Order: sequence, then structure tokens, then C-alpha cells
Amino acid sequence: MGALTLTQVTKSFGATEVIKGVDLNVENGEFCVFVGPSGCGKSTLLRMIAGLEDVTSGDVAIDGVRVNDLAPAKREIAMVFQSYALYPHLTVRDNMGLALKQAGTPRAQIAQAADKAAEMLALAPLMERRPAELSGGQRQRVAIGRAIVRRPKLFLFDEPLSNLDAALRVQTRIEIARLHRELGATMIYVTHDQVEAMTLADKIVVLRGGVVEQVGRPMDLYNDPDNTFVAGFIGSPQMNFLDAGKLGLRSARLGVRPEHLVPGGGQVSGRVSHVEKLGGETLVYLASDDHGLLTVRLFGEQDYAVDEVVGLGFEPNRAFHFDAEGRRLR
Amino acid sequence: MSQARHSTARSLAAHAVLILYTVIALFPVFVVVINSFKNRRAIFADPLAVPTPESFDLVGYRTVLAQGDFVLYFQNSLIVTVASLFFVLLFGAMAAFALSEYRFRGNMLMGLYLALGIMIPIRLGTVAILQMMVASGLVNTLTALVLVYTAQGLPLAVFILSEFMRGVSDDLKNAGRIDGLSEYTIFFRLVLPLVRPAMATVAVFTMIPIWNDLWFPLILAPSEATKTVTLGSQVFIGQFVTNWNAVLAALSLAILPVLVLYLIFSRQLIRGITAGAVK
Repeated sequence: MGALTLTQVTKSFGATEVIKGVDLNVENGEFCVFVGPSGCGKSTLLRMIAGLEDVTSGDVAIDGVRVNDLAPAKREIAMVFQSYALYPHLTVRDNMGLALKQAGTPRAQIAQAADKAAEMLALAPLMERRPAELSGGQRQRVAIGRAIVRRPKLFLFDEPLSNLDAALRVQTRIEIARLHRELGATMIYVTHDQVEAMTLADKIVVLRGGVVEQVGRPMDLYNDPDNTFVAGFIGSPQMNFLDAGKLGLRSARLGVRPEHLVPGGGQVSGRVSHVEKLGGETLVYLASDDHGLLTVRLFGEQDYAVDEVVGLGFEPNRAFHFDAEGRRLR
Repeated sequence: MSQARHSTARSLAAHAVLILYTVIALFPVFVVVINSFKNRRAIFADPLAVPTPESFDLVGYRTVLAQGDFVLYFQNSLIVTVASLFFVLLFGAMAAFALSEYRFRGNMLMGLYLALGIMIPIRLGTVAILQMMVASGLVNTLTALVLVYTAQGLPLAVFILSEFMRGVSDDLKNAGRIDGLSEYTIFFRLVLPLVRPAMATVAVFTMIPIWNDLWFPLILAPSEATKTVTLGSQVFIGQFVTNWNAVLAALSLAILPVLVLYLIFSRQLIRGITAGAVK
């Protein structure tokens, strides 16, 4: 129903190459998240899949059909935007139905599809309102409803939660995950937030500077990163990078996740510079002479005083070795 | 408490300044209107007095309505202004949309070229325009005026509207594209309503010089059938004798249609239809 294949896709704006040869396969029904820092090309890539940007070279194929030269409306996709992008002059019902109306679907069928989407998203009481009369969360649900109504091969989400406040973000995230389960549709989702990526994705694509750094399931990226960029980007708080030379190891850098640094060992030591107590966990930041700033994540409430010197240890098989260029040494 | 008093004082001061400005701006209009209702002697004896039962006289209006065909002049002025306005807004908005929306070679140069007209007065080309109109047989037609005024209004319209259209959310236009709307539908249904306040601004700035213009009607369309109000009023201004009653009456009447047009557009200026549509 909606597999996506990118083959050596590139994009240039004038002389600047923004996407530098991306190959990707997204299976039918998969939830794929593009994640990366701002300016990494993830939104551009999504817009190329949507047909809103031309492809400079390479092929974009949906269900095995090359769609490079197809207009966005002909690609059987639907897109949800960060700014919602609802039509201000139309009611919620008409916003949802517009695409079908353009495609010449009979009126009764449009109404039925809109009602069904409204039911899924609890929008039924709002159907006759205009976007200006809705809250941010409601608008985003309408935008998602507008996408559902079209029954597209591909759902494209462009940072859909960025304009929502924290509580609503979690709630909408869960809603999107539920929709994905219920619809079983292929979804491509762009975000800069690694938590969204980890919680939603079947497959994460980590991008940097227009290049795919690594593709994999969330836990594969977490437990088996290919390089320091992926290791640092996935997981919060960020992975600690120790100077492996100072520890007498042959690799250049050693990555240890904050939860794998345990007080009491003797491999590393540092002076406590800051403590964050979150109730369920405690984050201790230490300044180490050899390794810079380190983060330790401890379970439950822990008492540490600023300037206290703490020795830290880690299990060697929990640590990741990287070479001088940041590539993983396995 | 003191905060509240302070802000009252401030708003009083602000209102005083605004009222003063309004009085200064409206004073000439006021003088024209009151004097148009007085007899000739009263106009010269005490120009600032409001009409009294003794000095009240509608002779100016009678002259205007009797002499010349002022209804026709009004009609000509309205046709020229409204038609020019329509074309300026339509073509200006279309050009602005193209400049702000599409990446093409020479986009920047094209924008500069279109904006150049703001700085170069169209009257410099009067001789060439007249030759062109003569050659195309358009002299003494309203079409000639509409064409010239459309050209005159376009640069400012393109300049202002393209700035505003850059501000319209790309996401909204892209949502339209994905939903299968044509570029024309996106332009007319999504973008134009959102830049309506800017359109109203452009309309006001375009309309007033056209309505008030004497130059091009005099040169391109001075025939009786195509005279505009401003040109028509000139018959009362002679080299030696000026019929002030008639001139003032004609001017007072000429304010009315433009006032109505202004009221229509100013309502658009105020209406904030975009509120909450995007974000």
C-alpha cells in the first residue's frame, strides 16, 4: 500500500548541495522517522518525497513507481505541517474534505470519510468551526484528520508537535502512535527531537549535513551506534565521550552512556559541578581533568554535594570504542 | 493607582495630538464644504464663517448641475478609477505572487525592474504616451486613461504586495498543492484573502492620485464625452473670472465618491481575517 524507495537522491540549491546522495527503503506500513540537528536536510528530504521540491538527481519511488515528475497531488500522499496550515476560510469539515472534493469524490462519500476521521480524533463537536476558533492542539488534530481523510499511501509529518506545549506534545505523540497502529499506514515523520524519534519510530534515519549517518530500529541505534554523532544524538542525556588514550586504551575515544557510569569505581574521577534531582532519577554533572564534563544518571534520589570528588567506574563491555574520525571500532 | 492615572494622562496626550492633526488635515476640506453652501459675497466677506440663513445659497450646486454634464463626468471618473484599481490590484497581486513564490532566473532583477517605476514619474513619458495613443487610436477614450493609470499604479502595488506575500505561510500553499489545488486556486482562494489588508492599502494609495489627476485627462481625453470630474471643474476657473461657488460645489461633490470607496477599503483594512489561521 505504500513502500517508499529513495535511490541516490540529491538536492542542490544553486551551488550548495543540501542532500548528498541518500539511499533509503521504507517498507509498507513502517513508521520511519528522520531525525537530525537543524539544517541537516531532513525537512528538505521530506519535501522532496512530497514533491514540493524538485529532485536534482536520483529517484524517488512510491510503491515501485518513479514519482520524480509527478505533482504532489498525484502522489497519493498527505502531509501534516508544523504550522498546521489549515485553510482559514473553511470549516473543519471542509478543510478535511477539500482534497477529496478536488479529486471529484461524491459528496456523500466525502462526508462519510470526514465523519470517520473526526470520530477517530474526537473532533466531531468541532466540525462546523473555523480554524480561528480552535486551540493549537485541536488545529493539529484537524490537520491530522485532513491527512487521514485522503487515505494516502504515505503520511508525511513535518515536525507536527513543535508548536504544541509539553503536555499536549506527549498526548498528540501517543495519538499519532495509536493512529499508526489502527491505520497500518506508512508514515514518514521529521523531527529534531530524539525522544519523539525513539518513541514513535519503527525505523530511525539519522541525518547530518545531507548525509544519512545511520538507519535502524531505535534500540539498535541506541545500543549499537555507528559513530560518535549517532551515539551523541540518540539518548538523553548525551553519551559521555572519554579520552581513551588517558585510560590506556588503543581507540581514540570511548563512549559511555550516563546510566552506565557508576559511582565507586576507580577508572575515572571528577569533581561534582552540578546536581539535578528529578525525583525518579538524579543527574550528576562532574568536571573531570582528563575527560571534560561528564554526566552520570542515577536511579532515585541521591545526595551529592557540589565540589565533592567522586570516583566512577563502568563495565568495559558497555562502552563503545571510536577512532579519531569518530567511527565506531567494533 | 498612579500607574492608572499615568496611563490616562498618556492616552489623553495621545488623543490631543491625534485630534490636533485631524483638525489640521480636515480644515481645508471643511472650508471648501462650508463655502460651497454660501453666496458669492459671503465667501469673500468671511471665508471661515459657517453658512447662516442669510448667506446660505445653493447657487454653486445649481450651476454645476446645470452647466456641463457633471453626472457624465462623475461616471467617467468612477469608471476610470474603478477599472484602473481593478487592473492594478489584479496584475499587481499576480506579479507579486510570482515574484515571491517562484524561484526562477532573474527573479531579483525582475523585482527591481518592476519597482523602478516607483522612482520614475510616469509623466516624463507623456509625449511618448500621447504618440502611442494617437497611433493606436485611443485618444479621447477612457481606455487610454485606464491603461496609463494601470501602468502608473503597478510598481507600488507589486512592491508592497510582494513583501506581504512573502509573509504568507509556505505550509499553507504547500498544503493546497498536496490537496490538488491549482496555482490559480492557491492564489485566489488562499493567498489573496490573507493579504487583503495590504490590498486595501494599495487600493487607497492607488485610487486617490487617479481620482485627483488632471494631467492625463487633459492630454489624453479632453473631449466632452470623456471628461473626468477634475477636468470638468476647470470650466469654472477662467483666466480672469472664476466662479468660486461652482468650483467649490464641484470639489465638494468630487469628495463624495472617493470617500465611499475609502470607507469600503478601510473596513477591509481593519478586518483581521488571518487571525489564528496559521499557528
